[in-house]
Amino acid sequence: MLGLSLPTFLISIIFLLKQIGASELTFELPDNAKECFHEKLKVGSKFTLEYQVVTGGNYDVDLELKSPSEKILYKETKKQYDQIEKTVEEDGVYVFCFSNEFSTITHKVIYIDWKVDGDPEHEISGPGPKVAAGALTMIESNVARIHENLEQAIDYQTHHRLREATGRARAEDLRERVQIWSLGQFILIIIVAIGTVLLLRSFFTDRRTGSSMAWNR
Amino acid sequence: MGNQSFLFIVFIVIQLILTTHSLYFHIRETERKCFIEEIPDQTLVIGKYKVELFDAATNTYLPSTPGIGMHVEVKDPEEKIVLSKLYTSEGRFTFTSHTPGEHVICLYSNSTAWFGGQQLRVHLDIDIGEHAVDYQQISAKEKLTELQLRVRQLLDQVEQISKEQSYQRYREERFRATSESTNQRVLWWSIAQLLILVIAGFWQMRHLKGFFEAKKLV
Repeated sequence: MLGLSLPTFLISIIFLLKQIGASELTFELPDNAKECFHEKLKVGSKFTLEYQVVTGGNYDVDLELKSPSEKILYKETKKQYDQIEKTVEEDGVYVFCFSNEFSTITHKVIYIDWKVDGDPEHEISGPGPKVAAGALTMIESNVARIHENLEQAIDYQTHHRLREATGRARAEDLRERVQIWSLGQFILIIIVAIGTVLLLRSFFTDRRTGSSMAWNR
Repeated sequence: MGNQSFLFIVFIVIQLILTTHSLYFHIRETERKCFIEEIPDQTLVIGKYKVELFDAATNTYLPSTPGIGMHVEVKDPEEKIVLSKLYTSEGRFTFTSHTPGEHVICLYSNSTAWFGGQQLRVHLDIDIGEHAVDYQQISAKEKLTELQLRVRQLLDQVEQISKEQSYQRYREERFRATSESTNQRVLWWSIAQLLILVIAGFWQMRHLKGFFEAKKLV
């Protein structure tokens, strides 16, 4: 009993000592605002940052990624989607900032997917105790492949969902605008029709001398 | 058996010590920060956060000041409040979605200041669906081998994928309903505007004809 649990325990400790980090967040960035996120990273780990603008204006946002020594690792303006993969070269706090400062009215909803080196809490991967060679290892490797493919499928689903959300937000916005503007036009037609008649009446009433609308001098 | 549980306890303790690395951001005491999560039905969401207060004296962020609490408010797609609780400076909140759609998770501190206030550093980690499952804990509790655990993980993943697919179908239905509604609106408003133009034209002609006849111009 102890023989099996001790190696498992030790391997789990090893994984805990690696960085824990996988976050998926969707937040709203108001106009003229800047939003920064930080994380402390160790040398040797790798991180991946994926972002997508879901709704808002021209679907673009600025992103700046800085290392602990204030070196700019990534700086792009007005992009809708991008994926950044970098290896950590310095110990310390890495910061990435989204900026919507170029926009004065539209606020944007941004989705970010931040992954650091895998997530020991949710990963079971690793060398593992070799219980039996041969067939079991093949099952294990197939299972690992299925796991990776499913992760990909979930990732694609997420992006599909985000694109659908973009389309749907646009469609709902269009529906509201059609209603408001059509109503406005309708009322405008009525006002213009009545207004034209009144204006015309006023021309003819003023020109006639001795009309009922005499001016008081 | 005793060795197993001892190892389990030490394991959990070490895990608690090392779970402090996650994404963090800064907010003011009175600010409210919201995150949107679009999730399908019956999905488990676990959020973990840790708040630190900025100490001007040492120019660093001090952890776990007593008195600073975070209010967590979760709203479902119909704007109904699902969860609204005050936690301490380090907390964990869980909820399961009952309607598919956009849930909004808002965090704000229970500060009594009117505006401004000090800066807070909030570490946040939100896990949804299959990411919310802690496999180390399951393996220790149910004593599964690595292969069994992996298969368990595959099952959870597949379940999440199928839930997301059915949510996708629901959303596509809504999208289609919205488009058809827009189509209807465009149709009816166009007909209405056409009619009102014709009516306005007729009314104008009739009214002016009567007006000019009264003024003996025609």
